[in-house]
Amino acid sequence: MITCTGKIVYKGVTMGKILVLKKDGDQIKRIRITDTQAELSRLEKSIEQSQKQLQNLYDKAVKEVGEASAAIFEVHQMMMEDEDYLEAIHNMIENESVNAEFAVAVTGDNFSEMFASMDDAYMQARSADIKDISNRIVRNLSGKGDDDFMGEEPVILVAEDLSPSETVQMDKDKILAFVTKGGSANSHTAILARMMNIPALVGVDMDLDQLKSGMVAAVDSTVGEVIFEPNSEQCLTIMAKMKEQEEQQKLLETLKGKDNVTKSGKHIHIYANIGAVNDVGYVLENDAGGIGLFRSEFLYLGREDFPTEEEQFQAYKKVAQMMAEKKVIIRTLDIGADKQADYFQLGKEDNPAMGYRAIRICLSEPEIFKTQLRALLRASVYGNINIMYPMIISSEEVDRIKEIVAEAAKELDALGVAYKIPEQGIMIETPAAVMISDELAKKVDFFSIGTNDLTQYTLAIDRQNNRLDSFYNAHHKAVMKMIQMVVENAHAAGIWVGVCGELGADTELTETFVNMGMDELSVAPSMVLKLRNIIRNMD
Amino acid sequence: MKTFDYVIQDSVGIHARPAGLLVKAAKEFSSKIYVKKGETASEATKLMSLMKLGVKCGDTVTVEIVGDDEEQAFTAMQTFFEENL
Repeated sequence: MITCTGKIVYKGVTMGKILVLKKDGDQIKRIRITDTQAELSRLEKSIEQSQKQLQNLYDKAVKEVGEASAAIFEVHQMMMEDEDYLEAIHNMIENESVNAEFAVAVTGDNFSEMFASMDDAYMQARSADIKDISNRIVRNLSGKGDDDFMGEEPVILVAEDLSPSETVQMDKDKILAFVTKGGSANSHTAILARMMNIPALVGVDMDLDQLKSGMVAAVDSTVGEVIFEPNSEQCLTIMAKMKEQEEQQKLLETLKGKDNVTKSGKHIHIYANIGAVNDVGYVLENDAGGIGLFRSEFLYLGREDFPTEEEQFQAYKKVAQMMAEKKVIIRTLDIGADKQADYFQLGKEDNPAMGYRAIRICLSEPEIFKTQLRALLRASVYGNINIMYPMIISSEEVDRIKEIVAEAAKELDALGVAYKIPEQGIMIETPAAVMISDELAKKVDFFSIGTNDLTQYTLAIDRQNNRLDSFYNAHHKAVMKMIQMVVENAHAAGIWVGVCGELGADTELTETFVNMGMDELSVAPSMVLKLRNIIRNMD
Repeated sequence: MKTFDYVIQDSVGIHARPAGLLVKAAKEFSSKIYVKKGETASEATKLMSLMKLGVKCGDTVTVEIVGDDEEQAFTAMQTFFEENL
């Protein structure tokens, strides 16, 4: 029995087997072998097995995420056939009489370092692919098999930390909880956990070397605790809590179809934040009034090249149709900073949060922007789509955006394609936008306050740095005053205003927001009914 | 020996996937096929070595073909570069 504590990201109670995801694998030992032929045939067999696994992964990925995103597994197959790579492994086994595991690991490291030292960001990123294929061969050599994809049974995912691209690939139905050693309460794992209604703890003080996949663990993130190999008494406690949780959920179910209205008749819209087309299921399931933030990055991340207009159009259209006439607010590309895609070739920045990102990329590379805008304008014919622009700091930017939208419309006119120019709003997530919100309100149809970035920029605190968590006050007076100011300026100009950052889901603030006159809160789908419950109990 | 120069159009250069396809295409022939960028060269049948050339969009590469079926290989390679890179 090992009890560890961490920071609470999403509250819940669960129990099950753990799956430990380790980076770079275990230390591989060098062993002197005598029968090189046997070693070579062992190598050959495991490469064959690896190729089969990759083929299966490729087929699975094509079905689930499309051919473009699946291409990475095809590339892995090709890399594994590389003559130089294979020759280097063979030579090591034959000339140095070492075990195949060691030869593969060393060769993998050498090749991967060569790529890491290239001056091209895309090629640097390929060093991870070489490590990946080498790890796969080593895993098969040591009979550990393929633990890339989880089995049928849902698991508690235990890891050092998870990157956005790793989480994107996960099968959401098979995760009971997230338990990570690194990460902060605002990291991407955290955002994902809230989206999926999955108990999560980050910054957990555990030793991954003591843990093995298949161990049982009990997660109680309501108190920030995880117990590995719990005793029978602890199991009973957890099971009782799980039952309680189920009943609470049942109570919330009864609120479906009801209005978000206080006893005195104040009304507020509750919409949901999503990051992929499949998340619409969660939105409908939790009875959200619309989609207040649809992060379009999913179309751009984890792939090798830009998504086409048609691909984007199909995705937006699908969401708009699935939501029937309900509002779907789609935020344009918000890439850069902590969200990277190699093919954008953004390069490294000293201060990415304040760097070349989001609308700044779109305004500098209008062709990328226009592709997305054309897809959005076309999809608007099929439902109640609104477009939202991130990271605005000036009203000139809004003017320029409008020009580009007009150009995109003109291009569609020329092609004779059906489209509609929908309502357009901006994210208020920089202190600059707050201070000129009176001016901006006259130019757009709505505001949505992105509290995560607004707080980060106002307090000068990096949201990914968990050493700063003690300095971070989510309810800082400065931030609250800014929000108040934005609401007043929006209403003075006759437009609506909402919150789509994590503060929107902060149950301690729900009453404050309603009293401020906030028109909308957009939150993780799993929070919709909880907020409705609070609002309906308000005076 | 037959050679041709080609200016790379693909926005990320000779990246992993087209390099992989090139390897497949080159293995169809018995001729030796080389891709050269400046002073460095790689056999077209070697994926990682091709990628290590670090060929970017706008770079000019020279493709050199030597062997029995160099005529057919030459045409095939020209078509391949135009279609994929």
